[in-house]
Amino acid sequence: MIETDICIVGAGPAGLSAAAAAGEAGASVLVVDENFKAGGQLFKQVHKFFGSENHKAGTRGIRIGEQLLDRARKAGAVFRLRTLAYGFFENGVLGLYDMDSQELGLVKAKKYIFATGAIENVLPMKGGTLPGVMGAGAAQTLMHLYHTRPGNEIVMVGSGNVGLIVSYQLMQSGAKIAALVEAAPKISGYEVHARKLLRAGVKMYTSTTVSEIKGEDQVEEVVLTELDSDFKPIPGSEFSVKADTVCVAVGLSPLTELLQMAGCKLYFSKVLGGFVPLHGRNLKTTHDDIYLAGDCSGIEEASTAMEEGRIAGIGASAEIGFGTDKADELIKQAQERLDELRQGPFGDRRKSGMEEIFTEYEKGAWA
Amino acid sequence: MSRYFPQDTEYFSKLPGYPSQERMKKGPVALIECNQCIPCNPCESSCRQGAITVGSQITNLPVLDEEKCIGCGICAAACPGQAVRIIDLSKEEGIVAFPYEYLPAPQKGQIGNALGRDGSVLGQARVVRVDAPKAYDHTMVVWVAVDKEIAKEVCSFGGKD
Amino acid sequence: MTNLRITEHPILDIPADTKQVHVYFEGKELLAREGETVASALTSYGIRAFRTTRKRHEPRGVFCAIGRCTDCMMTIDGRKNVRTCMTEVKEGMQIERG
Repeated sequence: MIETDICIVGAGPAGLSAAAAAGEAGASVLVVDENFKAGGQLFKQVHKFFGSENHKAGTRGIRIGEQLLDRARKAGAVFRLRTLAYGFFENGVLGLYDMDSQELGLVKAKKYIFATGAIENVLPMKGGTLPGVMGAGAAQTLMHLYHTRPGNEIVMVGSGNVGLIVSYQLMQSGAKIAALVEAAPKISGYEVHARKLLRAGVKMYTSTTVSEIKGEDQVEEVVLTELDSDFKPIPGSEFSVKADTVCVAVGLSPLTELLQMAGCKLYFSKVLGGFVPLHGRNLKTTHDDIYLAGDCSGIEEASTAMEEGRIAGIGASAEIGFGTDKADELIKQAQERLDELRQGPFGDRRKSGMEEIFTEYEKGAWA
Repeated sequence: MSRYFPQDTEYFSKLPGYPSQERMKKGPVALIECNQCIPCNPCESSCRQGAITVGSQITNLPVLDEEKCIGCGICAAACPGQAVRIIDLSKEEGIVAFPYEYLPAPQKGQIGNALGRDGSVLGQARVVRVDAPKAYDHTMVVWVAVDKEIAKEVCSFGGKD
Repeated sequence: MTNLRITEHPILDIPADTKQVHVYFEGKELLAREGETVASALTSYGIRAFRTTRKRHEPRGVFCAIGRCTDCMMTIDGRKNVRTCMTEVKEGMQIERG
């Protein structure tokens, strides 16, 4: 059995920030991640981030990933990569599976921080299981980690920031965006991201849906249909686009299996991506030894995930006696930076979603 | 494409990041087409002249001080939304600079299409300079000479097919 | 043959000297890059149908590429149901449709 002060599951932006913060506070930190490489989605984000200087805005995600990984390592965090955290058990023990040696192991930590991230949503479409239909994030993974284009002619479904950014990145990798499709009457992501596509001549279709994806054993053609104001297909409005790939960017859902296994109470929040573990402003769940951070606490962004990770890392360490002198001040600063990111018309909805969860948590009705 | 977003210069010219016609005629100056309150301020923090102000509320729209701005192009490379260009109407030809992140990289002297906000070909563009210092981290700032009439609309460069 | 390799990129530095690894897809030799996954190696050749569903015999391929959806599972070196998006290529690896 491995013993450690803090065990973090997931080495993405939230997990790495938590690892750096906990390590800097003096706690021993073990980070577990299933992937070959730490960094989570950061090494797939080749674009420059929004935010302020405090959030490393204007810096590409890949560089932030390098800096954060370096900081976590310098803070003494120990990494167990290629290791699957397969279960959390009643006696507060986490089960591990080493994917290379195929051996099982156990960890007992004083506090856990789950930063397990999210999974891309599936959109039921006729022909939607054909090879060549994939998540927009999958396209990013193939391009930016493994230098492979998912295809040459792409239909992007969804006009949120993920759909817009990944479309731009597909073009940077030499693919053509045959169409960007959005069921709503308006582009839902940032206008500046959409404008990058417009000036490159990308055709965007709002109030439009994919009615069928055709192909023998992979995507060859995508049939689009216009929608009326009630989102009902308009008969006779079908038109066809030639494509070899359909990327789906219709939101993400928090990955909460481990948290559920640990008995953490969930709360449904539409704006945060579905069922999320109930948690307080300090990122503590309804389980006394479990904190969480990042997309598994509600779908937001890498920049918010990093601040949440920091708050969880500092808070969890302080609770077991590390860095208690500075904890309050550091958490306050991180909280302020987090609030900055949740401002404005785009952040407001997420902010109120989070506030609802905090209020519910503070009521303590779950106890 | 106008069914999605405003495309006209008239609309953008009312934004606080948009310089006056008189200032454009004096030499290079930033032209900021940032119109949504998103939490972001690298334009402000990257500017060495202190010519762009977003303020403590980082969802504010950037305000340009056109007298302080020297039109260097650093903000054009820094803006994650690629919403900043540089414009210079002081010469015979209009000069425009914009961020560019595709390959092949435009080359000095190359002639291609001047592309507008919706990707339409507005006219011809001649590349006069390509800035790609390490600090820009792979974002090129491409300076092109175009007809003055179209300068305010030019956002990108397309190689001729 | 389809080639979906990205050899140059405006942002990423793509090393030209990455070690090559030979893998075998249904007996055919393919060149993969050290450090990549089986899923990306096959995708780079335009191979996208990774397995066939048991009942309806429909083709399936990569969907999430991060080990969650299990749609990309294949038989690798005789082992069934291996997630190709989480499996690194190895010299001499035998890959069969699952």
